[in-house]
This record gives sequence, structure tokens and C-alpha cells, in this order.
Amino acid sequence: MDGIHDVGGRQGFGQVVREQDEPAFHESWEAGVYACMLAVMGRAGLGNLDRFRYAIERMDPVAYLTHTYYGRWLAGLETILEEEGLLSGEDIDRRMRERGGVAPDAPIIRAARPVAGNAFHGTGASTYYASRRQVADAARYQMGEQVRTIAHGAVGHTRLPSYARNKCGEIASLHGTWVFPDSHAHGMGEHPCHLYTVKFSGTELWGATGAGAADVCIDLFEPYLCKVGG
Amino acid sequence: MTSAHRLELVKLRAQALESLLIERGLLRERDVDEVIERFERRVGPMNGARVVARAWTDLEFKRHLLEDGTEAIREFNFHGAKVEKLVVVANTDEVHNVVVCTLCSCYPWALLGLPPRWYKDPAYRSRIVREPRTLLSEMGLEVPVDTRIRVWDSSAEIRYLVLPQRPEKTESLGEEDLTGLVTRDGMIGVAQV
Repeated sequence: MDGIHDVGGRQGFGQVVREQDEPAFHESWEAGVYACMLAVMGRAGLGNLDRFRYAIERMDPVAYLTHTYYGRWLAGLETILEEEGLLSGEDIDRRMRERGGVAPDAPIIRAARPVAGNAFHGTGASTYYASRRQVADAARYQMGEQVRTIAHGAVGHTRLPSYARNKCGEIASLHGTWVFPDSHAHGMGEHPCHLYTVKFSGTELWGATGAGAADVCIDLFEPYLCKVGG
Repeated sequence: MTSAHRLELVKLRAQALESLLIERGLLRERDVDEVIERFERRVGPMNGARVVARAWTDLEFKRHLLEDGTEAIREFNFHGAKVEKLVVVANTDEVHNVVVCTLCSCYPWALLGLPPRWYKDPAYRSRIVREPRTLLSEMGLEVPVDTRIRVWDSSAEIRYLVLPQRPEKTESLGEEDLTGLVTRDGMIGVAQV
């Protein structure tokens, strides 16, 4: 989806601020969110990383930008738990009040409903992490071949960044077959397909005033690619 | 709402979720301690540093690492974070590599631990693919004009690690001492070692 998460090439975000001697976690609640993610996605088998990423992408854009990383994870988890009917935002509001806190008047970080359907029902997502699959299909593209990326984005989850749409690049690596995030994120099957690293020149992506002597290599699934001149 | 207030609300909300999941048997209290222990002690840039120092001192290992990173790192037995496919890209006088994930924050956890905040922030994710030379310069790394920059946008489940160039005048150092020189930022590609 053309969401706020797809920031590659956007302008105006300013300086990169680095923190000296940054700890692994700044506060213990961040580790708590991490543990909740492992419990919900892994042990409870409620999802997969693609689904989790898509839940985060559906956050309110303002909230996406104003919350930190683990705030975004919390939003993603709430969405998945709510979609599974296990916990609602109201349950969490109530618990916040019970613990002496003040629940917010309006949802602070809740995500929107899926725009391209959600076929998850209860538990049973096989693996939340491993996504490499052995499939006999031959790769459509070969090393060194020129390809063009598709011009339009997906309605739901996709891993083709918008800055790399409708651009020509060169196949730089073949990686075998992997679970296709665009269907997997929606509970609509793994549909494994070939994955490639495609190398784009800075000039192709950004024009003559772009990155100069630079290339950008992006890992792209076969359905994102077309033959050039074919 | 100030950002401090917002953060406080998220913290309370995270704690509320944690307590609900514990109550429902989905989470154990020790899970949180285990996560902290894992990323504070066992999984972090020290893992990647060992791989880099080995590659600097053992040419056969370096060849294997660049050819098949996933297989080459097996002998280190890193536990606590998985990597399905690792690709290691070597910096040379001709090419400087730098890693990003523009769509979320994919990062080689098994070798570098959790990503720093700046890696997950939109400023880095948006700019490094569009103006890498300018951004690296702002971050204190001047890439020579005749060195090509190659940005790796980790958009699938392959994870990338930069093999920095071995610093000059380190011929007398062994693998152990070299490990201490390798930095997280060097292995992301936003600093020289």
C-alpha cells in the first residue's frame, strides 16, 4: 500500500541524529513489547512477519511518524490481537485505567482495517519467520538481464518500494524461491516465487541530479518485474 | 500532546498489554527478562565483529564468507537470532557499501543485535537511497569521489552485512585485537573502521 512507511527517497526528514553508547533497550517496556511480539507471533502462532509489517503500515500516518519503533510494534500487535478477536483496544484501555493510568480519549496508535482483505482465521499460521521455500519453477530472469519494475503499487501489503516502480535495473543475484509477502501478509497463502537482487543506477532512480556515482540494490520478487522490450 | 506525554501513554499501554497477555497465558514474566538478557549480553555487534576480524585474518574464510555468508558463519554458533540468508558485501577502494531498509527496519540481528534508533528513523531510511554521499558525509564519512557507493535496501528476508576494509597499520594485530576495532556503524556502512 502507498503508506507512510514507504519513505525511501522522501524529502524533508532532516538530519540523522545518532546517540552515543545507545543501549539495546532504552526502557524495559520496550523489551516487554518485544516479548509480546514473540509470544503472539511465535508461540501463539497468530501471524507472520508479513502480517505484522502490514499491521504497522496501516497505522494512522501521523501516529506512525510521531511514535518510536516500539510504539509502532505495539500498534501492530494490538491490530493483530483485535483482528483475531483475542483482545480489543477497549480491553487495553480498561487495563490502563485499572492500573491507575488514564486511558486516552481517542485511540493513540490503533491501526486501520486491512484494505485488501484479511483471510486469517484463528491460529494456525505455520511459521512466523522462516520464509524460504523449495519450488521447482524455473526463474524467469537470468543474471545480468535488464528488467523493468511494475508501474503500480499493490492495494495491500507489498515489498516493492514506491521509489523503485517503473524503473529499469539489472538482475544482480538470484536467490531461489521465497514466500510472497503480498499474499502471505493477508493470510492468502505463501505462493512462493523467485527473489532477485536488482541493481538500479542512481541516475535511473533520481535523474541526473541524483546520487551521482551510486547504485541501489533492492531485493525484489518476480511478480514485481517485467521483461524489457518484450 | 507533548512527545514526553505520548511516550508515557505508550509505556502504560505496553505494560497494560503485557499484563493482559500474562493473565491469558500467552506470555510468561520470564520472557521479558530473557529478551533483555539476549540483547544485552549475547546478541550484538560483538558477533559481527568476530566475523569481520576472522575475514581480515583468514583469506580462505573471507572467500567463503563473501560467497555464502549463511554457511560461513555457522562455525560461530550464534544463538538467539536467526538469519535465513546472509549476504556479506566487501568494501574496496572501488566500492563502498551501505545497508538500509526503507520499508521498515530489516537489519542483520543475528550479527549486530537490535538496530539503533537512527537506523529505524525516517531521516536515514528516506535519504540514504537518494543522497547517500551527502548523508554519509553529514554522518562523518567522506567517501572518495572515485569510489562508487552501493546502497542495499533490505526489502525481503535477505540480510546484509558490510565487510569494512581492514585499517592500515594493523598488520601486527591478531584476530582478537582486531575484533575490538570493528564497530557496528562500520558493519552498516556509515563509518570506516
